[in-house]
Amino acid sequence: MEPLPSLKPLLAVLVSLGVVPILMSSRSANVREAWTFGAAGLKFLLVLAMLPTVLEGRELVCTLAEVLPGVAFRLRVDALGMLFALVASSLWIITSAYSIGYMRGLQEHGQTRYFCFFALALSATIGAAFSANLFTLYLFYEMLSFATYPLVTHHQDAEARRSGRKYLLYIVGSSIGLVLPAMIFSYHLSGTLEFTSQGFLPRAGSPVLLGVLLFMFLFGFAKAAVMPLHAWLPAAMVAPTPVSALLHAVAVVKVGVFCILRVLTGVFGLDLLASFHLGAAVACVAAFTIIVASLIALTQNELKRLLAFSTIGQLSYIVLGAALLSPKALVGGMVHIAMHAFGKITLFFCAGAIYVATRKKYLSDLVGIGKRMPVTMAAFFVGALSVIGLPPTGGFLSKWYLVLGTLQAHQWPMLLVILSSSLLNAAYFFPIVYRAFFFQGDQSLSDNTTQEAPLWCLVPLIITAVCTILFFFYPFPFLRLAELAGL
Amino acid sequence: MNVHYPALLVIIPLLASFFISAAGWLRPVWCFPLAVAAMAGSLLVSLGLLVDVLLGIPGLYWFGGWPPPWGIYYRVDHLNTLVLVIIAAVGFVNLMAARPTVERDFPEKAGPFYTLYVLFVTGLLGMVVTGDAFNLYVLLEIAAITGYALIALGKGRAALSSLHYIFMGTIGACFYLLGVGYLYIVTGSLNMEDISRLLQPLHGSNVVIVAFVIMMVGIWLKMGFFPLHAWLPNAYTYAPSPVSSLVAPLMTKVMVYVMIRMILTVFTLDYAFLVLKLNDAVVWLAVIAIVAGSLLALAEKDVKRMLTYIVVAEVGYMVGGFWLGNRAGFTGAVLHIVNDALMTFCLFLAVGNIIHVKGNSRLESLSGLFRTMPWTMGALVVGALSIIGVPPTCGFFSKWYLLLGAIQSGHYGFLAALLGSSLVGVVLFFRIFEIGYFEPLGASHGPAHGEGGAAVREAPLGMLVPLWITALSLILVGLYTGEIVGRVIRHAIPEMML
Amino acid sequence: MEEILGLVIARYNYWIYITLMMVGLYGMIAKNNLVKKIVGMNIFQTAIILFYVSIGVKKGATIPIIEHSHDVAHQAVRAADYINPLPHVLMLTAIVVSVATLGVALAVAVTVYQRHQTLEEDEILKQIREP
Repeated sequence: MEPLPSLKPLLAVLVSLGVVPILMSSRSANVREAWTFGAAGLKFLLVLAMLPTVLEGRELVCTLAEVLPGVAFRLRVDALGMLFALVASSLWIITSAYSIGYMRGLQEHGQTRYFCFFALALSATIGAAFSANLFTLYLFYEMLSFATYPLVTHHQDAEARRSGRKYLLYIVGSSIGLVLPAMIFSYHLSGTLEFTSQGFLPRAGSPVLLGVLLFMFLFGFAKAAVMPLHAWLPAAMVAPTPVSALLHAVAVVKVGVFCILRVLTGVFGLDLLASFHLGAAVACVAAFTIIVASLIALTQNELKRLLAFSTIGQLSYIVLGAALLSPKALVGGMVHIAMHAFGKITLFFCAGAIYVATRKKYLSDLVGIGKRMPVTMAAFFVGALSVIGLPPTGGFLSKWYLVLGTLQAHQWPMLLVILSSSLLNAAYFFPIVYRAFFFQGDQSLSDNTTQEAPLWCLVPLIITAVCTILFFFYPFPFLRLAELAGL
Repeated sequence: MNVHYPALLVIIPLLASFFISAAGWLRPVWCFPLAVAAMAGSLLVSLGLLVDVLLGIPGLYWFGGWPPPWGIYYRVDHLNTLVLVIIAAVGFVNLMAARPTVERDFPEKAGPFYTLYVLFVTGLLGMVVTGDAFNLYVLLEIAAITGYALIALGKGRAALSSLHYIFMGTIGACFYLLGVGYLYIVTGSLNMEDISRLLQPLHGSNVVIVAFVIMMVGIWLKMGFFPLHAWLPNAYTYAPSPVSSLVAPLMTKVMVYVMIRMILTVFTLDYAFLVLKLNDAVVWLAVIAIVAGSLLALAEKDVKRMLTYIVVAEVGYMVGGFWLGNRAGFTGAVLHIVNDALMTFCLFLAVGNIIHVKGNSRLESLSGLFRTMPWTMGALVVGALSIIGVPPTCGFFSKWYLLLGAIQSGHYGFLAALLGSSLVGVVLFFRIFEIGYFEPLGASHGPAHGEGGAAVREAPLGMLVPLWITALSLILVGLYTGEIVGRVIRHAIPEMML
Repeated sequence: MEEILGLVIARYNYWIYITLMMVGLYGMIAKNNLVKKIVGMNIFQTAIILFYVSIGVKKGATIPIIEHSHDVAHQAVRAADYINPLPHVLMLTAIVVSVATLGVALAVAVTVYQRHQTLEEDEILKQIREP
């Protein structure tokens, strides 16, 4: 069907950009946060308003300017972009609430700057979700890299500085060094950068060249943390927890895998990948990342670092979903964007809540914490179930589809990878929960009084935990969108 | 529109400079308004010429009514109209930003400063608009001599640096003149198109080769093309900030334009690319220039000096892009003349603000600047992103064309140099941002170094507004790249280019 | 040998200007005193002026003034009889330029002297390095 011209995608991108000057000039913290909520709500509503059209199978476009011959600065809302935008914009509202609790609870400095760059980062995320071509995607990808730098280095101390360097080195270095030349090469080959359902690269290209291009894209979008370009993610955990939660479980890393999905489906096209056996190569890299990241996660003692490595592994599930080149696996990968986001953000919220309430961040200190913070740890349990992929949580669905996909593609080794990784996930999550509830820890935690984090922190994590369970029963919008996108 | 526009472009500031000079003796307060009027006049005329070119009206002007090849003639076409607008615009905006510094640092020299300023811009505009090889030399020397004097206005080492610049600049200009002399020997003409016509049967001549090589060396010397750049960093570093932000963005770019004009109109592409076959060698020279400029920039401890080496690297971009010899490379080179002028202008303005407030631009004096000078640093970030090549700033788009050109002609050395210098740009600028953002390193976090720890101490509004106009123009020009390339630069590309 | 000598003699104007240029260049590069460098620069510029003047000359030709007498006006003007005036006219401009450059250079040298109390370049650089 003919795409529908509309200004809504542009508004959805700009609404958080437009609120930045207001945030900067706000004198009181309450006014500032009210505006943040306003922008977040408006953004979510705008995204939601486009949902019915997309579910009908139509697309919305908004062309701003033709910047290069054949390449326009253009936004287009399709099912995959919609799915991602829906996740990011809904979680922004919840994270905003959580940010307030966290930042005020710890009396952090530079809160205005924090909220401004958060809004900027969200603009970039939605922009990336709605990008109609590789150029627009690259633009928002870079914008996101630079907008998150002040967030990652929020503490402005020596450790933050080191992590910030690492972050830039990996993210910007790979995007300029790999994605940019790959993009220009694709343009040179085909004269366009517009995503199409069958990919725009010419069928006649040489396999070696296409393979090199594919891997330049795969590693170039280092936000997806495909090994060996993953080390920035654990380093970026020095950021305040809401940043880790939204950006490093949802926005930033998901933009990375989203870019890879777009490249696999929209630039190369699954047929082309299949005809040159490139899918298997990507799948191997992803499988390696899944297993190794889970193994490293087993050895971690700091909760946020463990979550970071868990994220690295889970991201590669999504890449794997696309690389298996079977429709079911693709649907599984896409749905995993949403399911993993809700599960992982719950876990991060819990980690932050524990830190706000007790200032503890090492696993060895968390023994017995279940008695002190029962709600938080219950939510943690739900999040962990989802990430492992057990019912009744949303994570089960995406893994189910992935497993079906491996069967459909007759990729038995990959089935083994997925199952063993689930076991590994269980191996690093269950002991935490088990020890939190059934072990006696040190004195400070054992006085039997419940003392949860402030409500601003607690409510968001309950909401996301509940959502994680709800999506098991009502996965409708995400599943439907993924199926539409997989067609 | 007005047939006299090409002449007015040069004559308005030329006459104004006399009045400013006189006002400097009689009524010093009039100097600044007169200079503003002159620059505004040039800017309006250059915009008028741009509109003319867009409408397809050729801007030709025969001085004294003498038809070519006898008289001097000025010509505005798709190649130079953008360069004219950029020169006039940078001249105008920089003049606004210059006032606070001039009034504080050398108020007694305001009259000579504005005179030289306007004359310098006159020289640049004339070099770009003229169609006569010897006239170009005269205007080149007008720009150069005023440039020397402007640079010598600075403190400390400025005078010595200016003297070195005089030596090198004079050699460069003399080489150019010598090249014109050799062309005159074989053709007996000074009119660019006439020379070109008469050169056609003489392409095998040794005299023409000598003329070409000598002229190129002279032009490269003037533009600071590595390894002929030795004069550039000191001259631009020690000049007063309003002078650096005028000379550094414009002089090198105009010389790149002169190189393109000479090859395109006088020697023809056939000669440069097919007869001499120098293109590959020159692109490799450009690669060396880019790499060397980037690495030398890394070694600097002073932001302004670092920027001068970035200018050296950027010259390599444009020379290399042009000598790739394909449409994309050519487009990239011409677009980069415009974009790089704006980018470096933005950065030098920002550094000028820092120097205005802090007294110098050494790395250690940048600490905590994001808190004390947020607006200046914000604009510096925009400029830096453009140099790095992040969309939607304009620097991305010219880099895009240059990279595309490199891929199309299979010149992977140039591709790697461009990407490498972008990455070095990230390191260079984030080193600055880190110092401005993290230092002084306080206690890890908490309310200790809370909001408003150090009071904001910004440059005056008169310097911030021009800075931000420039910074926003970087994004605006970036978004309008399609228009600029499609409606102007595309028409400047000669047919024979692949 | 004969050939080279012939070449030198036949094109002696070129050899003179090139020699002068090299002398000037040597002065600019090798001399330590700034004023001597400026003198070198001026020699360099003058060499090019001489080059231009020499290319306008023709053997056996006269100055390009056509007398306004009735009998001459009817005859065709033969270009070979007159030297080419254009390079000479151009050089008037070039001389002005070189004088202006010289003026600026000397003025800047005076400033350098006022700041450093010397015109020897090595001493100035020493002063800059050890303030």
